Order: sequence, then structure tokens, then C-alpha cells
Amino acid sequence: MDERRIKELAAEIRLETLRVIHSRGFGHVGGSMDLADVMAVLYGAVMEYDPKQPRWEDRDWLVMSKGHAGPVAYATFGLMGYYPKEEAYTLNQPHTKFPSHMDRKLTPGVDLTTGSLGQGASTAVGAALGNKIDGRKSRVYAILGDGELDEGEIWEAFHFAYAHKLDNLLFFVDKNGYQLDGPTDDILAHSDIAAKCAAFGLYTQEIDGHDVTAIYEAIQNAQSKKGVPSCIVLDTIKGKGATFAEPKREHSSQPKEEQWAEALAAAEQALETIRKA
Amino acid sequence: MDVKVIGKHEKDARACRDALALTLDELMAQDKRICYVDCDLMSCVNTKRLREHYPERAFEAGIAEGNAAGVAAGLAATGKKVFFHSFGTFSSRRCYDQIYMSAAYAGLTVHVLGSDAGVSAAFNGGTHMPLEDGAMYLSIPESTVLDPADYAQLESITRQLPGIEHGVTYTRFVRKGVIQVYEDGSTFEIGKGVVLHESAADQATVIASGILVDEALKAWEALAAEGIAVRVIDMFTWKPLDEDLVEKAARETGAIVTAENHNVTCGLGSVVANCLARRCPTVQEFVGVQDRFGQVGPQDFLMDEYGLRTADIICAVKRVIARK
Repeated sequence: MDERRIKELAAEIRLETLRVIHSRGFGHVGGSMDLADVMAVLYGAVMEYDPKQPRWEDRDWLVMSKGHAGPVAYATFGLMGYYPKEEAYTLNQPHTKFPSHMDRKLTPGVDLTTGSLGQGASTAVGAALGNKIDGRKSRVYAILGDGELDEGEIWEAFHFAYAHKLDNLLFFVDKNGYQLDGPTDDILAHSDIAAKCAAFGLYTQEIDGHDVTAIYEAIQNAQSKKGVPSCIVLDTIKGKGATFAEPKREHSSQPKEEQWAEALAAAEQALETIRKA
Repeated sequence: MDVKVIGKHEKDARACRDALALTLDELMAQDKRICYVDCDLMSCVNTKRLREHYPERAFEAGIAEGNAAGVAAGLAATGKKVFFHSFGTFSSRRCYDQIYMSAAYAGLTVHVLGSDAGVSAAFNGGTHMPLEDGAMYLSIPESTVLDPADYAQLESITRQLPGIEHGVTYTRFVRKGVIQVYEDGSTFEIGKGVVLHESAADQATVIASGILVDEALKAWEALAAEGIAVRVIDMFTWKPLDEDLVEKAARETGAIVTAENHNVTCGLGSVVANCLARRCPTVQEFVGVQDRFGQVGPQDFLMDEYGLRTADIICAVKRVIARK
């Protein structure tokens, strides 16, 4: 993996994610921005896909189970050439192809519809199972939120994935420590998420979710394990890189225009800094 | 459609579940895209054979219906034709959001099978008695909802389901043997009701489905003996409803009785009433469970208890004719 290029891509995704949400003025900034690094690694160095054939049979799949992180996916897909990235600046407008929660019927690149939390874990399992039946090498990457782990369905899906030995399936848990009403420890404390995932039979690693090299290596490590599904717990900072959202770990944000200007300038600066390094 | 009615009101020695299990077994041999997902109830519907014959395509998801429904949707996204079974209570209420959002809203077809329709849940009691499953599936856009009467009809429907690749489908059926209405080999068309009796003298039409079809046929005999001619329609296809046939019956007979093994608040009677209100407002009586919960007991007791008998249909016909 070209670390410098992936870091640059992550910064591009952050800036583009802000632009997508800024087009509407408000949205799920926090849980989108913290995924820029994993999205950069997946789409820049790991996944097999063809932007010109989004439903190419042998592609790898992404299931954004935390469906409200649509903007970071729309930004990534735009940068990767699924569509002109400016198309996503219609976020949440009437008849848009870019709704707040991800919709496989509307957006090129979206493999499964998500939004009702917990459900993407199960559909990812189904997709992994279907690809296995057909003997395809396709892998399925599912991104779950830590708040989303409140849903019992997640654990049912883990159970099924373990029982059916789905080693073509990798779950990420975006452990940013916050959900809509506040800190996850305050809403419904999890104890040790990685230990719980491991107890369900998943080959589990926990890493810095903003370290692209660590993410890449953890994915390679996971893919070398045969006969078990994997899980990578990403320790992240909610709102990472959004100047108005990061300090408060906001779930959704509606900043003033001057705050948007500051955030966009900071994201542009961050990208420039990486490009000059 | 090629239908032969037996007319003997005799119980089929075979269990209805075999119409599903044996037909699916055959279909899965022919079409490698067909998958089957169950929730620890394969033994109840004789589909363990599918897991034995097609271990790579027939799955146990365990007692976790929400996940199972999502897995079914994910399989469908990879191009599979997926059948998903649990008892009707659990394949509707227990996984409704997964079917609604992960499958239907997402544009993925899953063929949902709900066994132990209505009072046929009998000794499993009220907790296992689906009287609202049809309502839930009727309210999902682009869905298909079916309530077959017997073995032959369930077999004919099962053969057609893999050909439906738009929307989710829901088929509610009785596991055990039921009164055999149709000769084996009869074929039915989803979206087309079956006219079982009609004459120019018909004073009302009974539109029934499921185990109420035989009750309706017996009511026709009793009413004929009293000199009251009625039309009888088997409307196993709740959605798409055969609206042309309903309208024609309303125009020609002027009174409608619906009969269903389901809560009348939103089932066959409701979709017929909805159609009539738009196309031909007509007096209607509703035979079915009158907004009550299920309870435990033998099926015969439950059919008496909830007013699902021939006598209830006869009374409803007389009431509706009096209202004309």
C-alpha cells in the first residue's frame, strides 16, 4: 500500500464529505468523517470494483450498516469515478440519488440498502453467503457503528456468520464512543466490544481507526484467517476533521455558514499539508 | 388456469406442507438459483429434505427470524431466488422491519412462507396464531399475498413463486391435512380468482380463501337447498386482488360476503371492500375473526369460537341480501 497516497485519499474523502453535506447545510457529519481513513484504505488499496460497472459480479461489496454515514460513501464513490462527484451535492434534495441513508436502488456503488440499524449486518451475511455459494472470490466489508451494536440483530448476524464459517466477510466496528443521545457508555454501556466480538467467534483485532497502515495490515491479517469471519474494531474520533463537529463528537450537525467555511478551509489545508509532505 | 373441483368435502390424507416441501425439492433440482432459509422449523414443514439434498443452498438460521430475513435479502442481492420460512407469526411480526426494509424497500424479492395460517395453529395457541400476518404483508408496497385453500393450490402457487422477481411475496398456509377442494394437477393464476359456482339467479357472492373456501362451498349447497342462489369465488390471491372479478360479482349479484381465516380488520374482506368502494359500492358482510386475539384449542373448536363455519357464512349471506 502506498501510505502517502492513501493518506491523501483520506484527506480528499474528508473534504469531499464536508462538501457533500454542506450542499444541504446539515447532516450526519460526525459518523461520516470518522470513516474517511477506512474508506480510503478499502477503496484505495484493498477492494476490487469497477466504477463503470457498479454491479460487476466479481466485485467486493461494501455494506454501510450504519446507513446514516451515506455522505462519506457518496464522497468516496464520487472520487473513485462512479459518477461526477458534484452529483452528490444534491444530498437529500427532492428526487436525489443521494439520500441521507444509503439506498441500493438509487446510488451507483451502494450494494445494500441500510438505515434501520442492525440490518446491514444480516444482509452482509447473506451477500457473503451468496458469493460463497457461487464460488466467487468477492469479499464483503460491513461497517457497523458502536451505538448500532445495541441492536440484537448484530449479534444474531455474528452468530450466523460464525456458524456458516463466512471467512469472506469482514465487519468493522466504528468505535467512536458516541451515539445520538451521548456517549455510548452513558446510553447503554458495552464493556469490551472487541472481547464480545471475539466471544462470538469472530477473529477480532482492535486498532487505531485513523492509522491507514494499521487498517491495511489488519485487513490483510484478517484475510489470511480461513474458516472464520473477522472483525476489526476501529478506535475513532467522531467528527474527525470537521472543526465544528469533532470537539463535541456531534451525531448530526447544522453549523452556521461561517463554521462551514472554517471547516472546509481546515479540510483543504489538511489535504494540502499531506500533498506537500 | 385449469381447475377441477372435487366437491366431496373430504380431508386430504396428505399434509399441506408436503405440497410446499416436495415441490420446492423438485424446483431446487431444476433451478440452482433457488435458496431456502428456515428458522429451526424445518421439521415442522418437512423441509429438512432440502437441507439434505441441497446443503449448499438450504440453510438453518436458527431461532433468529430478524437476522434470517436479512440474510434472505442479502442472498437475493447476489441473484438468488430465496424462500424464507417460519411460523406465520414469526415470519411476519418477528421480522417485519427486515422484510420491509432490507428486502422490499431495497427492491429485493424474498418469498416468505408463513405456516399455521390463522386458527390452524390450534394447539400452539394464541402466541402462535397468525391473524394479522396478511395485513402486515398487504401493507408493504409491491407485495404479493396469497392464502391457498389446499394441497393442489399450494403446489400450483409454489411452482409460480420463483417466476416472481419483483416485490416480496407472502404465502400463508396450513401445515396439516385440510379438506381437499381441488383435484391434483389443478393450476391457478396469481391475480385471478376462481369462480366455483355462478348462475344468472345469484343473489349474493361469497368471496372466500384458505380453509374458508370449503365452508363457502358447503354454504352454497345449504343455501341452494333453501332456494337461495349465490356465487362462490375462491380469492386465494389477496394481492394482487382480482378486482375485475370482484366488480363483476358486485354488479351481477349486488351483495358480497367475504370469508377468511384472519382478522377482518385488515384482510381479504378489507381489500375487497377497498376495491368495491372505488369501483362499485356494494353491501358487504365480513366472516372472519372479529378483531380478537387467538387462543389455544382444537381447530374445530376455534372455527366455532371465531365464527368461521358454514353456518356463519349462511347467516352472513341472508343478512347481506336483506340489506340490498
